[in-house]
Amino acid sequence: MEFKTFVFYFLSAILVFAGLRVITSRNPVHAALFLVLAFFSAAGVWMLLQAEFLAIALILIYVGAVMVLFLFVVMMLDINLDRLREGFWSYLPLGSIIALLMVAEMALVLGGNYLGLFESSVPQAAADVSNVKAVGRLIFTEYVYPFELASVILLVGIVAAVALTQRGKRKNKSVNPAQQVFVKAADRVRVLQMPAEKRE
Amino acid sequence: MVDALQELLQGLFGSVFPLVWALLKIVLIIAPLLLCVAYLTFWERKVIGWMQVRVGPNRVGPWGLIQPIADGLKLFLKEVVVPTGSDKRVFVIAPMFAFAPALAAWAVVPFNDTLVLANVNASLLYVMAIGSIGVYGIILAGWASNSKYAFLGGMRSAAQMISYEISMGLALVVVLMVSNSLNLGDIVHSQGKGIFADYGLGFLSWNWLPLLPMFAVYLVSIVAETNRAPFDMAEGESEIVGFHCEYSGMAFAVFFLAEYANMILVSTLTALLFLGGWLSPVGFLPDGLLWLFLKIAAVLFFFLWIRATFPRYRYDQIMRLGWKVFIPLCLIWLVVVGCWMMSPLNIWK
Repeated sequence: MEFKTFVFYFLSAILVFAGLRVITSRNPVHAALFLVLAFFSAAGVWMLLQAEFLAIALILIYVGAVMVLFLFVVMMLDINLDRLREGFWSYLPLGSIIALLMVAEMALVLGGNYLGLFESSVPQAAADVSNVKAVGRLIFTEYVYPFELASVILLVGIVAAVALTQRGKRKNKSVNPAQQVFVKAADRVRVLQMPAEKRE
Repeated sequence: MVDALQELLQGLFGSVFPLVWALLKIVLIIAPLLLCVAYLTFWERKVIGWMQVRVGPNRVGPWGLIQPIADGLKLFLKEVVVPTGSDKRVFVIAPMFAFAPALAAWAVVPFNDTLVLANVNASLLYVMAIGSIGVYGIILAGWASNSKYAFLGGMRSAAQMISYEISMGLALVVVLMVSNSLNLGDIVHSQGKGIFADYGLGFLSWNWLPLLPMFAVYLVSIVAETNRAPFDMAEGESEIVGFHCEYSGMAFAVFFLAEYANMILVSTLTALLFLGGWLSPVGFLPDGLLWLFLKIAAVLFFFLWIRATFPRYRYDQIMRLGWKVFIPLCLIWLVVVGCWMMSPLNIWK
């Protein structure tokens, strides 16, 4: 067996295991961490296909930014797994239909070679041309309008997020020293009781 | 000699030789790096001592030189307390998450024209991607400790790191724009060309001068990114509790080592991206490894110097500096440099 083949099967095994653990692990934080592992192995598989830009972008964007925010949210949520499991049987028919559809699609893609769906061969990257340069050239020449459109949509998303969270103009923060010296502790500090929780 | 060794190993290991050869090269990079990390802590204590008119550590060994080994031994022998109710596996994995990226990034760092472990086209992107993983160590350490202080500290440090990663990334975008490459080696080469380099004054054509505002932004951002003073929210013992407050012994030491390994990594990147890497500052001296090491040492000294000089920032001031000053500045300078490159005054051709 070639070394490259071994690496591919190694990464794929980790990828499949991590994907399974994402949906089976009881702790949502662990599930998110297994998703990170899955992204990482997927990036490794892409690297084997010589798609270095895609692989690094996957790690930079999904592992470095998206999953960090995801973890932030998941860690702060109070998730009750038993409550989440209540509707399992009523959702099962719809869920299994979607799962079957996905399996059928996967079979078409993965078995495409046997069914003769891909007549054209997969384009091979030229060894001496930088992957990043090729992607950049295409984006800014052939696909410049879709690319600009996507960036405008992202910009609208940013502005919308800011607009949603902004609560009017902040009041002036300057203080009046004469009033400040007469302040009492009770006006400023509110002591909250937060009893420690036991993990189950 | 290298060829003879290569042949000997090829005979010994046969088909797995490439793997063995790569591992050998990795050890050759990692082992001196770890030694540097140990002696960086020593150097820091000495420098801060001298700045505060003390002598610093001077008891263990000649001039106190064995001190870092003694410190390591002490931490090694201490008990690692795992809090009850903590998530044990994640608690143990978190320090590794913090330390591993600081080592993994060295795979693509070039030391001169030929001396590089993996000469990939997108090496700068790789370094940025690997660098962005380091934040997991902090978040996971905060969460797994099952302590409110550690959790809040983890959130604080992680938010700080993510914020400064953006301004760092934007500063790097400007650098790769002017050098027209994502390869660290090519970026260093592009700094050796220019009007001043032709007169033999190479150090004036390195990126730090034409991109001075970006250099300043990058230099401050790396300090915030590595959680170092004056942005050390994680370690402000007297006023604020950090993410690693539940860690002890060797588990804490790994976080500590990760901080210093990260410092060396970002200093190396600064030397490569802005200070001309292994290029010699003046025409009549040859290029070489020594210059790279001198530049790294200079940036590391900058880290220690400002730690002994500036008082700690308040947290909201750190975030304000990152989001409201650095990011707009970077975005404006990106456009300015873009226009500059398109104008007849372009100096990077």
